[in-house]
Order: sequence, then structure tokens, then C-alpha cells
Amino acid sequence: MALAQQSSPHARKARSTSRLMLWVIMATVPGLLAQTIFFGWGNLINVVWCIAVALAAEAAMLSIRKKPLAFFLKDNTAAVTGLLLGLSLPQFVPLWVSAIAVISAIVMAKQLYGGLGSNPFNPAMVGYALVLISFPVAMTTNWAQPGLLWESAPGFGETLNLLASAQQTVVDGYTMATPLDEYKHKITTHTATEVLAHPTFGEGIARGWEWVNVAFLLGGLVLIGLKIITWHIPVSLLAAIAVMSLAFGSNPDQYAPISLHMLAGGTMLGAFFIATDPVSAATSHQGKLIYGAGIGVLIYIIRSWGNYPDAVAFSVLLMNFAVPFIDHYTPPRTYGHHKARRGVPGKTKG
Amino acid sequence: MTQLWDFAGGIHPAEHKHQSTGRPIRQAGLPKRLVLPLQQHIGAPAEAIVTEGERVLKGQRIAEVSAGMGVPVHAPTSGTIESIARLPVPHPSGMDDWCITLIPDGEDRWCQRHPIPDYRKLERDEVLDAIRTAGISGMGGAGFPTNIKLRPPKDRKVSTLILNGAECEPYITADDMTMRERSDEIIAGLKIMAWILRPERCVIAIEDNKPEAVAAMKEAAEGTQIEVIVVPTKYPSGGEKQLIRILTGMEVPSGGIPADIGVMCQNVGTAIAVARAILEGEPLIRRVVTITGEAVAEPGNFEALLGTPIHDLLDLAGLQRAQLHRLVLGGPMMGYTLNSADIPVVKTSNCVIAATAQELPEPEPEQPCIRCGQCAEVCPMELLPQQLFWYAKAGEFEKAEHTNLFDCIECGACSYVCPSSIPLVQYYRYAKGEIRVQQAEQLKADHARERFEARQARLEREQQEKELRRKERAKAAADAQAKKKEEAEQAAAQSEAVDEKAAKAALVQEALARKKASKPAAPEAQTTAESSAPAPDIPALEKQLTQAKSKLETMQSMLEDARAQQADNVDKLERAVAKNHERVKRAEEALTEVTTDTAPVTQSTE
Repeated sequence: MALAQQSSPHARKARSTSRLMLWVIMATVPGLLAQTIFFGWGNLINVVWCIAVALAAEAAMLSIRKKPLAFFLKDNTAAVTGLLLGLSLPQFVPLWVSAIAVISAIVMAKQLYGGLGSNPFNPAMVGYALVLISFPVAMTTNWAQPGLLWESAPGFGETLNLLASAQQTVVDGYTMATPLDEYKHKITTHTATEVLAHPTFGEGIARGWEWVNVAFLLGGLVLIGLKIITWHIPVSLLAAIAVMSLAFGSNPDQYAPISLHMLAGGTMLGAFFIATDPVSAATSHQGKLIYGAGIGVLIYIIRSWGNYPDAVAFSVLLMNFAVPFIDHYTPPRTYGHHKARRGVPGKTKG
Repeated sequence: MTQLWDFAGGIHPAEHKHQSTGRPIRQAGLPKRLVLPLQQHIGAPAEAIVTEGERVLKGQRIAEVSAGMGVPVHAPTSGTIESIARLPVPHPSGMDDWCITLIPDGEDRWCQRHPIPDYRKLERDEVLDAIRTAGISGMGGAGFPTNIKLRPPKDRKVSTLILNGAECEPYITADDMTMRERSDEIIAGLKIMAWILRPERCVIAIEDNKPEAVAAMKEAAEGTQIEVIVVPTKYPSGGEKQLIRILTGMEVPSGGIPADIGVMCQNVGTAIAVARAILEGEPLIRRVVTITGEAVAEPGNFEALLGTPIHDLLDLAGLQRAQLHRLVLGGPMMGYTLNSADIPVVKTSNCVIAATAQELPEPEPEQPCIRCGQCAEVCPMELLPQQLFWYAKAGEFEKAEHTNLFDCIECGACSYVCPSSIPLVQYYRYAKGEIRVQQAEQLKADHARERFEARQARLEREQQEKELRRKERAKAAADAQAKKKEEAEQAAAQSEAVDEKAAKAALVQEALARKKASKPAAPEAQTTAESSAPAPDIPALEKQLTQAKSKLETMQSMLEDARAQQADNVDKLERAVAKNHERVKRAEEALTEVTTDTAPVTQSTE
């Protein structure tokens, strides 16, 4: 009788990587829906397009690297990268710009580093930052004017046409600056009340954006509830933004108020879906707290005093740099030890 | 309610325990043959003290440990020793080891037993020795000799004695059923161990998924100070370190033992073995084994004699061979696969899972680690399993060690949850093995270096000593020469010099003295005369000459003899002869000199 020879444990009950990624994709649905409802079809088209480009780029790279295609494609990680880019790129950004973002994310940031699990930087944010620096106009002027889908936004076919055409002027009628950008530039010459009168802010905090952020927050809580991500990074990230905006931006006539920081822009998407990318984030709980807080502080700094909008991408990438350092100095204390063994062997004693 | 603490991590795997708790413990009976490995525990293997063909009685000692840590092996029944040979033993590697094969005679005749029901009247060491003699080693997992474990270091007081009835691994119900059916014996064994250790607190810990066992133990413990504590079901709460944390909130120091914090854990099966050994004089010859899995029709627990082949037990449990896919000895989390059922039950065998392919399927292919951290979330030792995996895979063993690799208890929780189906525990075992090999090699290299350095030092020392001896010899020779010279001078002064040179000098001085004495003495001449002894007279010199001449003759004859015999001392004799020639010549010269010297002096004085 030929018996199976295996190393223990013999029982396994793991949620596969592809299942985890599928859950991540599912958890973005509320946010995507909110985006579609408030900003039109743009993000939805972007998401589909970006996922398609991501899978194609991944497949191409895998075949060049002579890796099994199906085995890696079905892990859904490329799809998640495409999805995150689709969610975060401006609604009316031309398809070729988003394609460049996705391709550079998959090819450069992921596959050239060795594929899944080996990338030091968050691939989606590498792609985002790359197109943001390369095509600043396309990336900053294509944000949809918030408005209910059935009211003012262009229809599906129209949006698809707009996205497919390389001409930027066409969409002028539907676009405007993002609330954070608007606030930052106007507040130097206006009072808070005057700035908030602009239609981009609507009657709430930031028209449309607040709901999109709440929807992503919901999705993120689902991920925490399912134990797909831990609370450490999102909580410390949001807490850091809150602390920074309370400490520095208490005067709304000078800086954007805390409500805007929390519920405008990509705050929640960044906190729950982007910064939590396990491959490029810190490892231990303590490390995650530091990592998240670092991103939060950087987001606030870049938003308040930086030149570029879209602070999330740069903050995440900057903190990605710090991850090996953080990991070295934040290992947990192991059972039976007085304190954690920090640093690398030979340099410290633990 | 006693306070309980939680330990980090942990998982809740499917329990599969009901399969084997439906039936009471069954007796496995006498098999056709019993195979008893000489090493059934950690420590030194026992040595057979019986010979092939010898008849033995039930309970008779058949192997003994003479040196080192270990316990004896006993015949589980009466019969004949068939062989002492290398046979497959329960080991992850499927290796062979020395085993005594016993063919039962069916009579099951006991040897003389020595129960000590009034053990309290004995010295503790005597009771511990009885436990050792009964061959008891821990029946939970590693199988540490119980008598040694029950004797903690002198400076450590065990204040809490824990009886581990957690049994957290899925499938295994041996302890559960034992607690249900033999709670009184367990309490009796616990009392003996408590009498030895005198702890302040005795605790029996049972997971809350075994209410029947809890009820039985509570009933048996009634009226005693023994606490029966129900702990939440979570794997691996039965791990010694985790259970200590749950019950006391303390942690066993890394690299230390529970006794370091005043705690000791014993398995419930061990308690029964102790009770039987002391109260009934029965050595450890049987144990309860769970036979379960979907490939057996009647899973359950069997009380089997040690040495019973596992396939006998599988047959008793109704094994359906066609469905058997994987045979696991131990639990599904930490047990190891067997490549044959032809191995015997030993002191540490607690469970055999005959699993079908659906039950324990082949693992998925390994995917890259995405550092999701699920492994760290479930690690009961609060390690960073993904980091350890990374270092192990990259061969960075120093970093792995720094990341506390050796604190890993190999519980398998990390592998259980890994979404990339990475066999993490296998990587840790590999890294540990490599580090141990490296350490062994390092030790070997260190020894070799030490030996080399010692040899170098010895050679150098010998060289120095040689040099020193040479110098001493030279000095001694110089001293001797100086002394000789001095003596010669003295002798000459006393005019008793045997040396011709000294004699000559003395004669000269004597002559001078005499010469000076006849004249008014000069001061320096006087000193010479005073210091010099009476000079040798001519007859003395003549006598000396004759002696030298006779000696020379003897030498010459010896030399001739030696030459004739071609002896190897010819050279030496030749030299001696030459020397004697010289001596005779000098003596003659001295004599003539003296005669010529004295004449003029005499003339001049006259």
C-alpha cells in the first residue's frame, strides 16, 4: 500500500490567496458603486479597463519569465492592482494614461522585482505616481464634477468616448478640481465659508466624496471583520491624519478642516485598501502602527504644504522605503523572552 | 472561578473527536508478536538483558539502561524472546532500530510484583526509583523519563503541578476517554506525584470540548484539593508552554524549563502509569491508543500492550484498506506519516489516523508568500513565521536564529492558515536541522582547532624543555668540570692528587716552599706554603705510575679482546687505551720532573 508521506500539519484550512484577493475585490464594491453614483461611469469603465490591461500585462510578463500562466493569474493579485488603479485614477483620464499606469505597475513595480510577493513598493501606487508625474495635466484636470449619475454626468457611452479620445478639452464641462485641491488653493485668498460655497463641496463635507469615502470605510471594516487585514494600519493612518489636522489645521481659514481630510480624496481607499497591501507594508503589529502613522503624517504634510495633489500615492511609496528599517526594529516579543530581539544578528543583543 | 489567561494566536481546526468517543476503551488483547524498541523516549537507548530463545514473564525487565538518562523496557506479557534485531520503529524518518521481539505464550503469567501502597512511608528517592524501574516516560509526546522530570533542580520549587488533559489536537481522544473511564487512577497517580513534589497547587486542565471528562474528573477529585479547570478549546492549548500561560499567566523562559517558574506539567496517561507502578507494582507495559480516521469502520480507543503492531489495532478498528490514503501517527497537526503499519505501539504513541484522500488531501502547490501575516496572527509563540520562512528559504540561518527560530514549537498553526499553502513548519525544521549541523560542525572544527593548538603548544613546550634540559646539562657539566677542577686543585694542595697534572703542580709548589723555607721566607711564599698541603713523595708517585701502567695493560688486553670479537666498543676502548697511555706518560714525566726538580733544589740548599 502506497501511503502519502507528508510533513505535518496534515490538516489545513486556509483561505487561498486568490480567495483573499477576491474578498478584497468584493470589499471595494460599495466604494465603486458610490463613485459611479456620484461621479458617473468613469471609474467603473476605468476599473474594467485597468483590470483587463493588468491581466494582459501580467500574462505577458509571466510568459516572458516562463512562469505558469494560469497558476499565477488565478491568484487575482494582478486584478487587484488593476482594480485599485481604476478606483483611484481620475474619472475622465484617457484610457492610454491609465494603461501606462497599469502596465508600469505590473511590469516594473511587480514583475521586474520578481513577481508576487517580491515587490518592495506598492505596484498600484508606483503606476499612479508615474503617470501623475509624467502627465500632470491629464491627471489633475480629469476629476469628474460631483453630481448624481442621473442628473448631470455624461452617460455611459459618452463617458467611454471621452475616455477613449485623447482630447482633453472635451471634458471641460464635466470636470473640476478635487475638493482638497480646491480648498488648498482658494483658502490663501478666501475665508473658509467662501471656499466651502463652491459647488464641489455641496451641502455636506465634500459633495459625493464623503459618500465614496464612507463606502470604502465600510468595505474596509468588512476586510477587518473577515481578518483579511488587521486594524493596525488603517487606524494608525487615520489617527495620524486626525492628529495632524487637529494640531496644525485647527484654523479652517488656513488649512483644510479635519472632516475634509478624513472624507475627501482617497483617504479611506488609501487607508483600507492601498496602505494595507501586505507585500509592501510593515510586518509586525507595532511595525504596522508605525508604518500607518508615517503614511498618515506624510499625507497631511503633502496635502497641506506639498505641490502635488494625491498625497496617498507618494506617502505610501515613501513609507514603503522605510519598511525594511521598520521591520528590523519592530519584531514582536516572543513568548518566553524578556524583550524583542531587534535589529540584525551581531549588532544588537536581545 | 479560577482566573484564566489567554495565549497569543491559536486556531480552531475541525475537531473530529466524536468519531472515536462513541465507544468505550476496548482491550486490544494479545497479538501474535510484540516488538519492543529499545529506545522509546528521549535519552539513552536501553540494552537488552535477555537473549534470544529466553522465556520471560509478564512485567519482567528485558532491557535496562546502564548509563545516561533512560528507563528500562519490560515484557508486556509472558513468552519467548524471538529475536533482538533492527526493525522499523515509530520515527518520522521511517528508520530501523534495535527491537526485542517477543512471542507471547498466551498464559500472560506475571513475574513477582512489588506494589508499595504505603509509599508515603518511603523516602521520596525510593519512590522515584520505583517509577524509574517501572519504565515510565512521559506519555504525552516527547517521552521524557518521568522520574527525572519529577526531580526538578534542587534550587527550583515546583509550586504548581499541572495534569495536562487539554488534548487540543484534533482526532485524539485517548486522554479524554482515559479521564472518563479511569479518573480514580488518574487522581491516585496525581496524588503520588504531588506527594513527591509537594506543590501548593494541583491542577487538572481539560478543554471545554470534553464535558464528560470534566465531569468524571471533578467527581473523582471531590474531597481533595485538586482543582479541575476547564480551559477554552483552542489549538494548541495543550502545548506545555501555552497551558502554563493559560493557567498561571506566566511564561516559561526561552530555553528554560517550566520548573524555572515553579510549574510542572504531566500527562494524564503518565499519572495512570505512576499509579499502577506504585500501587500495583505494574511496570509500563500498556497504554491507550486512539485509532481513528475515515478509513476505519469502528474508530475508537484501544488499551494495547506496548509492542502491539499498529496494523493489528487498525484491523481491530475495521480498517478499509482500499480507502486508506495517509497513515498519521499522532495528531493531524503535529503527527508524522507512516509508510507502513508494521510498526509497534510505544510509550509515546497516542493516536493513529487512517485518513482517506478526501479527509486529509494533498496540499495545494506552494505559492509565493505575500506577507499577509495570517501566520503571525495565529502563532502561539508570538513569532514572525513569515520572516522565519524567508530566512530559512534564503539560507540566512543566523538571522533565523536571531528571529527566535528555536522558540518555534512546530505546532503547525502557521501552515494551517497559510493562504499560499507554504509548508512553513517544514522550512523551520529544515533550518533548525541545518543550524544544528552547522553547530555540530563548528564544535568539531573548534575541537580540531583546540587539539591542533594544544599539540602546537605541547611541541613548543617540549622544545623549550629540551632546550632547558640541554642548558642544564651543559651547566651541570660546566659545574662538574669546575668542581672537578676545584677538587683537583684541592687534592693537589693536599698533595694527594691522583691527577698527574695536579701532582706536578703540587710538587713544584712543595719544592718552592722547601726552597723558600730554607731561606728567610718571603711573605707570598709563606702563603703558598701555608695553603699547600704536604707534597707527594716520590714513592707515592711511583706507586701511581705502576697503577696507571697496570691499568693500561688491562685496557690493552680488553681492547685486543674486543678487536678479536669485533665488538662495537672498540672505539671506546681505543680511546681509553690512548688516554691511559697519556696518563702513564704523564706520570712518568711527573716522576722524572720531580726527581730532576728536587735535585737542584737540594743542591742549592746544601
